[in-house]
Amino acid sequence: MSDDTAVALDGAGLPLIHARGLTKRFGAFIAVDAVDFDVQKGESFGFLGPNGAGKTTAMRMIGGVSPVSEGTLRVLGLDPATHGPQIRARLGVVPQQDSLDTELTVRENLVIYGRYFGLPRDECKRRADELLEFVQLSERANDQVDPLSGGMKRRLTIARSLINEPDLMLLDEPTTGLDPQARHLLWDRLYRLKQKGTTLVLTTHYMDEAEQLCDRLVVMDKAKIVAEGSPRALIAQHSTKEVTELRFPVGIQETLDGKLDGLAERIEWLPDRVLLYANDGEAVSVAVHERGLRPETTMVRRSTLEDVFLRLTGRTLIE
Amino acid sequence: MSGLPAAVLGRVAPQLAFGSRRAGRLIERNIYVYRRSWIIIFSGFFEPIFYLLGIGIGLGRLVGDVAGPGGAPISYTLFVAPALLASAAMNGAILEATFNFFFKLRWQKTFDAILSTPMAVADVAIGELGWALIRGGLYAIAFTIVIVPFGLVTTPLALLAIPAALLIGFAFGALAMAATTFMRTWQDFDLIQMIILPLFLFSGTFFPLETYPEPLRILVQLTPLYHGVDLIRSLIVGVLSPVLLVHVAYLTVMGLIGLVVVSRRLDKLLRT
Ligand SMILES: Nc1ncnc2c1ncn2[C@@H]1O[C@H](COP(=O)(O)OP(=O)(O)O)[C@@H](O)[C@H]1O
Ligand SMILES: [Mg+2]
Repeated sequence: MSDDTAVALDGAGLPLIHARGLTKRFGAFIAVDAVDFDVQKGESFGFLGPNGAGKTTAMRMIGGVSPVSEGTLRVLGLDPATHGPQIRARLGVVPQQDSLDTELTVRENLVIYGRYFGLPRDECKRRADELLEFVQLSERANDQVDPLSGGMKRRLTIARSLINEPDLMLLDEPTTGLDPQARHLLWDRLYRLKQKGTTLVLTTHYMDEAEQLCDRLVVMDKAKIVAEGSPRALIAQHSTKEVTELRFPVGIQETLDGKLDGLAERIEWLPDRVLLYANDGEAVSVAVHERGLRPETTMVRRSTLEDVFLRLTGRTLIE
Repeated sequence: MSGLPAAVLGRVAPQLAFGSRRAGRLIERNIYVYRRSWIIIFSGFFEPIFYLLGIGIGLGRLVGDVAGPGGAPISYTLFVAPALLASAAMNGAILEATFNFFFKLRWQKTFDAILSTPMAVADVAIGELGWALIRGGLYAIAFTIVIVPFGLVTTPLALLAIPAALLIGFAFGALAMAATTFMRTWQDFDLIQMIILPLFLFSGTFFPLETYPEPLRILVQLTPLYHGVDLIRSLIVGVLSPVLLVHVAYLTVMGLIGLVVVSRRLDKLLRT
C-alpha cells in the first residue's frame, strides 16, 4: 500500500488498468513478455493476436487469478497480488472456456454467482431476471445449461459476469466458435454495454470483431505487443488504403518470380494468393493485366487489421 | 507431535474463522444442486442400516456377546452398530470429497469460475469440506435415531457420537479431497476404493481387535478408521477413557493436514 496502490479509485485520468513490463513465466517459458499498456475508464480495449500469443494469460493476470511473474500491474488502482478479492468484486469475467455450472439451471447459475459476490439473495434474483431479459434467455430460465446452444451459453456467461454490476469487463474470445448470427447478437449486447459506459477489455483473433468493438487495441504476437492504436490508425500506419488480392490457377503462382515487381508498395505471397498493397487497388489490377498476367480472380478491398498483422508478423491471424 | 498441529492450526484457524462466511456460499450452491436430487442423499442413509440388519442382527444371533470397550461383554449388534456409523461417516465424506469434488475441479471448472469472484481458494476448500460434513452429519443423525428402537442407545453419551461422526467426516473428507487434487482420471479413484474396503473390514469393525495377531493389531491401531470406530463405540456403549483423547487428536490432525494440502494444491492447480 505504499506507492500508487492506495490512490482513490476512479480518480480523474487514472487508468483502470496500468501495466508496465508485465511478464508471466511458466517455468522457463515466457507467455507474456514485458508488455506495457493502459486502459482508460469507458474505453473498449482489445488484445488481438493468434493462438498462443499470450492473450488469455494477460487476461488472467488482470483478473487476479494468475500471479504476476514480474513487472507492475494495477487494476482499478490496486495490486492484484495484495487486493485480489477487492479487485475481483468489481470485475465481470467471461473466460475463454465456458465454466457454467451444469448442475444448476440457467437462472440458478446467475443467482448463485451473485451469492459468491456476497449479494443478498433477493437482489441476486432480481438482477438474474433482469439480466436474462438483457441476454434474451428469459424463456430458458428454468432449463438446464447443457442443452443450450453455444451462443446461448456465451450469452449466459456474459449475463453471469454482469451480476455484480462490474466497473470493468474482461471478455476472453467472446465469440470464438459461434455462427455468424450468434456472433452478431453477442456483438449487439456488448455494444449496448459499451454505450452504457462499461469499460470492456476483450481478446480476439477475429479482426472484424476487433474492428467492430475496440476503440483501441494492441496487437500481440509471441508474448509481445507489436503495435498499439485504434483500428483505423493501425491500418493507416502499417498498411495501404487498399489491397488487391490475386488468385492464380494451381502451379502458376510459383512461376511469377519478379513479374509483379513495382506494381505495389508492398507484396505479400500467401500459399493460395498474392496480396498487393497500394492506395489505388483498381490501378494495380489494371497494371497486372497490362503485364499480360491472367489471375483466376482479382479482388480489390480495403485494408483490414488482418493486413496489419501480416505486415507486423509475416503471418496470417488464423492459420 | 505437538509442534505440527500447532503450526497447521495457526495456518488454518484464521481461514476457518474469516473464510467461513464466504465458504457458506459454496454450501448454498451444493444445497441448490441437491434440492433436485435428494434421492442420492437418501441412498447413503440406507446402506449402514442394511448392514446393521444383515450382519449386526443376523450374524449377532450366531455370535452372541463379544468384549466391548473396557472389556465388559456387549451384544454383537451393539458392537457392530457404532462401527457402521463410523464407516458411514467416512464413506459419506469420501464420496463427496472424491467423485463430486473431482467433477467440479477437473471437468466442470466450477472452481475456476468461483475464483473469478471475491471467493478465495481457502473458501473453496472449506466450503466443499463443510458440505461433505453436513451430508455426513445427516447420515449420522439418521442412523443414531434408527438404532434407538433396537435398544442400542442406553446412555446420553451416545449423543456425542454425532459430533464424533462429524470429526471422522472431517478427517477423511479433508484427506480424500487432498488425494483427489492429485488424481488425473476417473480410474485413479480405484486406488481410493482399494484403501477404503480393507479399512471398512478390518478396523475393528466386525470383530474385536483382540482377535487379530499382534503385528496386525498394531497395524490396525495406526490406521484412521480404527480410531473413529473405537471413539464412537466407546461413546455409544458409554465407556469413557483417556484413549478417546488420542482418537480425537489423531482425527483432528489428519483433517487439518488434509485441509492445508487441499488449499495449497488448489492454489497450484487453479491459480496458475
Ligand atoms: N498454465 C500454463 N502452463 C504452461 N504454459 C501455459 C499455461 N497457460 C498458457 N501457457 C502457454 O502460454 C502461451 C500463451 O497462452 P495463452 O495465454 O493461452 O495464449 P492465447 O490466449 O493468446 O491463445 C501458450 O504457448 C500456452 O501454451
Ligand atoms: Mg486464449
